[in-house]
Amino acid sequence: MTAELLDLAQTPLRDINAALQAQARGGNRTRWEIANPRGSHALAVGLDAPIEVTIRGSTGYYCGGMNKQATVRIAGSAGPGVAENMMSGRVIVDGDASQYAGATGRGGLLVVNGNAASRCGISMKGIDIVVRGNIGHSSAFMAQKGNLVVLGDAGEGLGDSIYEARLFVRGTVSSLGADCTEKEMRPEHLALLDRLLKDAGMDDARPDQFRRYGSARTLYNFNIDNASAY
Amino acid sequence: MCGIVGLFAKDKRLEPQLGALLSDMLITMSDRGPDSAGVAVYGHGHDGRAKITLQNGDPDADLDALVAALRHATGETIAATRRGTHAVLELGAGAVNAARRILIDRFAEWRVMSTGGAIEIYKEVGLPARVVEAFDVPGMTGTHGIGHTRMATESAVTTHGAHPFSTGADECLVHNGSLSNHNNIRRDLARKGLTFETENDSEVAAAYLTDRMNDGADLGQALECALRDLDGFFTFVVGTRDGFGVLRDPIACKPAVMAETDRFVAFGSEYRALVDLPGIEGARVWEPEPATVYFWRH
Repeated sequence: MTAELLDLAQTPLRDINAALQAQARGGNRTRWEIANPRGSHALAVGLDAPIEVTIRGSTGYYCGGMNKQATVRIAGSAGPGVAENMMSGRVIVDGDASQYAGATGRGGLLVVNGNAASRCGISMKGIDIVVRGNIGHSSAFMAQKGNLVVLGDAGEGLGDSIYEARLFVRGTVSSLGADCTEKEMRPEHLALLDRLLKDAGMDDARPDQFRRYGSARTLYNFNIDNASAY
Repeated sequence: MCGIVGLFAKDKRLEPQLGALLSDMLITMSDRGPDSAGVAVYGHGHDGRAKITLQNGDPDADLDALVAALRHATGETIAATRRGTHAVLELGAGAVNAARRILIDRFAEWRVMSTGGAIEIYKEVGLPARVVEAFDVPGMTGTHGIGHTRMATESAVTTHGAHPFSTGADECLVHNGSLSNHNNIRRDLARKGLTFETENDSEVAAAYLTDRMNDGADLGQALECALRDLDGFFTFVVGTRDGFGVLRDPIACKPAVMAETDRFVAFGSEYRALVDLPGIEGARVWEPEPATVYFWRH
C-alpha cells in the first residue's frame, strides 16, 4: 500500500495533526508521509492508532509527543522534547535529538540514531530510550522507571537523583549524579539489553560491552545526619 | 525566549545576499520574541574611515544640522545616510572620538548605536518584519551579521533595551537568557571607566567582553573568560570586525542550532531559522555544546 502524503508546504500543521489523530477513531490508512517539516513544532503529536508516520526532514519542538501505538520516524534531526511523554509505540530519529528527548515518557521505545543533547530521558517513567551516539549532561535526571541505553558516551551528572530506571552505557560516563551508582550486570540485565538493542536495530552492539548504572537508594528516606544541611 | 540568528559568509559571493538572508532568518524567529528586534551588519569599510550609527526617535530631527556642526568642529568630510530612525555617518577613523564627544555634549537626542570600521546596528521596538523593512536590511551587503528578536525580561521594552548591544568599536553581542551577577560586574566595569546606556544585563555581557578584548584577549579568549565570570543563563552570539563567536552556559537550556558549509556558518535559536539558507541540505548541522567556545574569523 502506498503512503498517504501530507505536505506542510500546502497543508497547515493543525490539519495534518488532525488527519493523523483522526485515525484513532478508526481508519484503514496505516502509512503516512509528511513532506517539508522545515523544523515545525508539535508535529505528529497525540497520535493513538497503530499507524506508521515518516517525516521527511528535520522537526522542531515536541515531535511525536504523547504518542500512543503509532510509529513515527523522523528522517532528519529532532528539536527539543522529541517523544515527550510518550505512552506507547515508537519514535525513531535518524539524525540527532536536541534537549530532553523522551522526557517524562511512560512507555514505548525512542530510538535516536545520532546523538542526543542534554537532559535525555529526564524524569522518564517507563519509556525505553536507545541512543546510538552520545548523550548530554543531566540525562535521566530523576528517572523513575524504564531503560536508557547509550552506545556512546554520557555527559556529566548521569542519573542525578534517580529512582528505579536502569541506565546502560557502552562508552564513558563523564560523571554520575547524586545517588546514581554503577551496578552489577546480572543475566536478566544482559537479556533485557539484548532485547532492547535488537528492538532498536543496533545489531553491531553486544550486551556484554555495556555497564549498568542505577539508584543507590540512599535518597529514599531522609537521613537525620543531613539535617544541618537544610 | 528571545530568538537569535547569525550568518557568517565564508564565500564572498554570499555577501550581497547577507541582509536578505539574515532578515528572513530573523522573521522566522518572530514568535520567540515580539517586543523589539535588531541587527548588526558588518559591511566592507573603507581604509582609514569609520562609521557611527546613530538613532533618533524624532522623524523630523535635523540630520543636516548635526552633520554641519560635526564637519565644522572636526574639519572632516562626513557622509551621512539616513535609514528610518537611524543614520550612519562616515568620517575619518581618527575623528570618531572627537565626534562622539560632540554628540554627547550637544546632540544627546541622537544616541550612538555603534562605532567602527565595518559595523552598523539597527534596532527598534516592534516585530522583526517591520523593523527589517524600516531599515531596508534585506538590501544590505555584508561579510557577517547578527540578529535578535526580544522577549523582554530584564529591562524595559525600548529601542535601547533591544539587541544587539555594542560597547566597543566593531563589537556586538546578542543574548538569549538572563544573567544573575550583572549588577556586580557592571559596578566593576564602571570602576574601570566603562559606561552603560541601559539597566540591561546583556549590555553588561557585551561590556565585559569589550573589557577583556581591551586587555588584549581575542574574541575566543574573551568568551573563555566569560564562562568563568558570568553567572546565569545565556546563549550569546557575538561579532567583531572579522570574527563571529557563539557561547552557551554550562546548563545550556537556551536553544541553539548551528550549520556550516564551505560557503557559510549560520546560527539559529531553532532549526526553522536555517531552512532557507542556500545548500542547507548538505550542511553539517549540530547543536553547540554547553560551556564550549565556538569562534570563526575571516
